[in-house]
Amino acid sequence: MSKNVYLDYAATTPIDKQVLKSMLPFLKQNYGNASSLHTPGRKANQAVEKSRATIAHATGMQNKEVIFTSGATESNNLAIKGTFQALNAKFNSLKKLHFITSNIEHHCVLDSFAYLKKKYPKNVEITYLPVNEKGLINPDILAKALKKNTVLISIMMINNEIGTAQPLKKIAQIIKKQKKARSQDQNPMPIYFHSDATQAPSYFSIQCSAYGLDLLTINAHKIYGPKGVGALVIKKGVLIHAINHGGGHEFRKRSGTLNVPGIVGMGKAIELAEKNRDKNIEKITKLRDYFLNQISQKLKRIKVNGSLKKRTPNNINISFLGVEGESLLLLLDKKGIYVSTGSACSSNSLQASHVQLALHNNHLRAHSSIRFTLGKFLLKSDLDYAVQEISKAVNRLRKISQGINQKSECKKS
Amino acid sequence: MNYSAKVMDHFTNPRNLGTLKNPDGVGEVGNPVCGDLMKIYIKISEKNSQEYIQDIKFQTLGCGSAIATSSMITELARGKTLDQALKISRDDVANELDGLPPAKLHCSNLAADALKKAIKDYQNNK
Repeated sequence: MSKNVYLDYAATTPIDKQVLKSMLPFLKQNYGNASSLHTPGRKANQAVEKSRATIAHATGMQNKEVIFTSGATESNNLAIKGTFQALNAKFNSLKKLHFITSNIEHHCVLDSFAYLKKKYPKNVEITYLPVNEKGLINPDILAKALKKNTVLISIMMINNEIGTAQPLKKIAQIIKKQKKARSQDQNPMPIYFHSDATQAPSYFSIQCSAYGLDLLTINAHKIYGPKGVGALVIKKGVLIHAINHGGGHEFRKRSGTLNVPGIVGMGKAIELAEKNRDKNIEKITKLRDYFLNQISQKLKRIKVNGSLKKRTPNNINISFLGVEGESLLLLLDKKGIYVSTGSACSSNSLQASHVQLALHNNHLRAHSSIRFTLGKFLLKSDLDYAVQEISKAVNRLRKISQGINQKSECKKS
Repeated sequence: MNYSAKVMDHFTNPRNLGTLKNPDGVGEVGNPVCGDLMKIYIKISEKNSQEYIQDIKFQTLGCGSAIATSSMITELARGKTLDQALKISRDDVANELDGLPPAKLHCSNLAADALKKAIKDYQNNK
């Protein structure tokens, strides 16, 4: 009997039945445009506002501080480019604007910064914080990187590849001190703290005040909601310009007809994430630990990438030495087991994962890395099957690579 | 990334995998940065006063196409004279596999290079 075991919940998740049910009326009879003044429009608008209130509650913010977008990529683009545009307009004549981020952020964050640097070389400077071999930022290094013109710090809550949880609370304390110093020095530049929390809501609180956040990115499809919808939470008073212009939707911060079914689904997904968080943490932690334990018993020469302690419960990232990730992914795919890899061969860039290299700068280890991400629809028996097939596939590929000198690795310099 | 059926066949059922005892030539190519490393072993014999590849084996650490191209080159080279074998190009290997995805044409299509290196190794040590 063929089995399907989906172990790629960090890529996307299947939709929850309750989420789908909440969306259907807005795809069928309640098709109104939320901006229209007539009855169908008002019904749509009410549903959007209900979802907005749910997200505001989950993030501990006001309804007006929640801006719906097309997803995390757009939210991150808006957070970075939008604050730059607003602050550049305000302070251009005074100073360069300094940004701090980490070198393991998602490409949509790194590429937004790279775009600004390229487009406005005279107005932008960026510091990329390194991570240690556990995949964690050192807050002391961040504190040292701060400048008088630092305006935005963007650090992801949970890394999408290795699942590490960054010390946002410690960073918030550092920023608080900086804010105080600035007010004493009468430095008029604001300093904002943004976090991409895309991978977080199922397992971590997304209360902005708990992390001292001014801006927060979330989306729906990583938490059993629909694709194509996300939000950027923007604290009142944060200076930000829209990057989408048009009808002035979303408090003039994001024009475009609202994706009503998506927004309704996202509200439901967040509601369920909040309600089931403790239960999910317990269930998924047990499954993840069981999975890692079984793999460790069956296979030698494996390395876990990223801290096991400061990590989301649903992620385990393993390098199977002597095996290339794409090969393993393909063999597992044939067995109905779906994973992802940090190997270059799975991308079109010919570059191994920037996250893996930031941790250990070992190319072969990066190429041999496989990300397993778990979710609420998995059973222990699914993992038993997966472990058995992973073990077979790894042994098979190691037979093929036997005799290859694998010591010619690039060591961390 | 879509591989041809032939690539998947050679990847999942690699031909001539392993090593040779006392090989006449060994060719190792690849780069850990790309993640693909390959080793080809050859045994040379003589027939009608011409040297030919009597036996050939490979070992590969790499992606699906790296393994498939290694497997394919062993099939292409076996029984060939050294002159014929030296003429096998990367394109020949890709074509025999019904093509490779564009991103793979360069980085994991190293088998022809490994074969050349093994033949050179034999010729240098003769």
